[in-house]
Amino acid sequence: MPTRILKEARQDTMLLNMGPSHPAMHGTIRIMLELDGERILNSEVEVGYLHRGFEKTCEHRTYFSLLPYTDRLNYVSPLINNLGYVMTVEKLLGVEVPERAQYIRVLMSELSRISDHLTCLAAMAMECGAFTAFLYKMKAREFLWDVIEQTTGARMTTSYIRIGGVRADLHPGFDTALKKAIEETRLVLKDVHGLLDKNKIFLNRTRDVAVMSREDAVAFGWTGPCLRSTGVCYDVRKAHPYLVYDRLNWEVPLGERGDNFDRYLVRMKEMEQSLRIIEQAAVRIPRTSRAFIAGGMEPAQAIKESRRQRVRKDIALSPNLEGSEEARYPDILASDKGFVVPPKEETYTTIEGLINHFKFFMLGHGIRPPKGDVYFAVEGGNGELGFYIVSDGTDRPYRLHLRAPCFHIVAALEQLIRGRYVADVIPTFGSMNMIGGELDR
Amino acid sequence: MEEKTVLERLRKKFPAEVEDAASSLGDDVIIIGKSALLPVMTYLKGKPEDYAMLLDLTCVDFRGEKSRFEMVYHLFSLTQNGRLRIKTRLPENDLRMASLTSLWKNADWLEREVYDLFGVQFEGHPDLRRLFMYDGFEGHPLRKDYPLRRRQPLIRLKD
Repeated sequence: MPTRILKEARQDTMLLNMGPSHPAMHGTIRIMLELDGERILNSEVEVGYLHRGFEKTCEHRTYFSLLPYTDRLNYVSPLINNLGYVMTVEKLLGVEVPERAQYIRVLMSELSRISDHLTCLAAMAMECGAFTAFLYKMKAREFLWDVIEQTTGARMTTSYIRIGGVRADLHPGFDTALKKAIEETRLVLKDVHGLLDKNKIFLNRTRDVAVMSREDAVAFGWTGPCLRSTGVCYDVRKAHPYLVYDRLNWEVPLGERGDNFDRYLVRMKEMEQSLRIIEQAAVRIPRTSRAFIAGGMEPAQAIKESRRQRVRKDIALSPNLEGSEEARYPDILASDKGFVVPPKEETYTTIEGLINHFKFFMLGHGIRPPKGDVYFAVEGGNGELGFYIVSDGTDRPYRLHLRAPCFHIVAALEQLIRGRYVADVIPTFGSMNMIGGELDR
Repeated sequence: MEEKTVLERLRKKFPAEVEDAASSLGDDVIIIGKSALLPVMTYLKGKPEDYAMLLDLTCVDFRGEKSRFEMVYHLFSLTQNGRLRIKTRLPENDLRMASLTSLWKNADWLEREVYDLFGVQFEGHPDLRRLFMYDGFEGHPLRKDYPLRRRQPLIRLKD
């Protein structure tokens, strides 16, 4: 309940409730406004409508089996959530990831970042009445998600980036699909720049609206595009380079005023930089000589064959996801046996493989990092996405805490809309890119 | 002699309060006494240390140990590009803790979250209420003695 504002509100003002089922509230947030006419005197933001007990649940799951829960945090860029969690565990374990897998991770997280920014800006533009821009951006996002879907097998709930590497190698048609997606996204970005940059309606609602100062942005713990829109240059990919970001050539776009329009513009420019990163990574990724196995065997058939004669090397299971064959493991997964799922080919056909499989999945076995605590952060769509994990030496995290970037950003909403009009809430809130799954956990 | 790292400087400045300073997997960690939180944080936020950003604030429940709760703070310095972790322990019978709302604005929500999920009482917080759970919710769900499957629905569930 918004108890504070009910207590503090003046007698002659009006209280207006926005959300949680308001179309511009992106699902799950409630803002109680104290109004004098159209002007907001005070407000109270209430969150928690999407609280699923993520951290509590993770304490009761093994390190391997909690990965799908991370998909559901920031549900417009699930691959970056996967990456953040997985790299934290890898830091705890000290796992070395093959170079090809590192490039795949960079490709995937930049694709996700673009789709994250596109979604945010599309919703923001639509809520300001620019429906065309919304449709254009959604179109570009579809092309990006086609690429992601081909390789990971899913659009949103990917669970693709695994401890030690990635789930599968890139799809054979990856390059073609990627090229198409990049072309389409560039066209859309150009169109959107043309539609919005000098659009008077859009400018009136965003220029100098909800201005955030540098000092306040830092004091609120803002990170990501929102912090950079105020002119502070902090990007986790530059400040604490991970994967292969330090080998690629790209820039950090900055804003000047820290208003809604700068937050829009920084996101637009960041997408162009992400496209640059993708293009470079797609060229520099170490090539693989391993061809895809066409026409494998069904698991039942393979098991039958393996009974007839001992370990046949040409037994290939028809993979449920192309690129996840045993032959590709050196390219995409770390060689440490204890940290990665044993190849299915061995599990189905040899007794040692079966034992390895059970050792990995049995409760109390599996991945058991050493005692200690670790913090690691990656640059998510909204900013620094950090995981803090306390390990007690068992196969489950003793405590897992997520540093959600939009938690800190939304905390500043009350300050940003104070003194503005009710209509300003919508573009302000839209430019923040509040994601319920990540905020409420 | 000039102390090189923040850990050494902090040890010299607060000899009684800094209980341990170490590096864990590449992260700088300082363990301080509970009462020293506010002075240490004020010193770290100001120049020359310049840890201007409170990245994260959370709590860990070590049930069964002498001091049950551990507060974990993550600071970040933009000028020196370094992260710092500060930990302090709280005994179960005295869950009062100094609030950092006077130093950082995001401490408001972060402390409300910790109060909600762990029951730590922050002294000096302007409006300490639950953040995620609703009014009338009993207990603190992230404590280790709160069962995973305990349900407290606001509206009765259908059979």
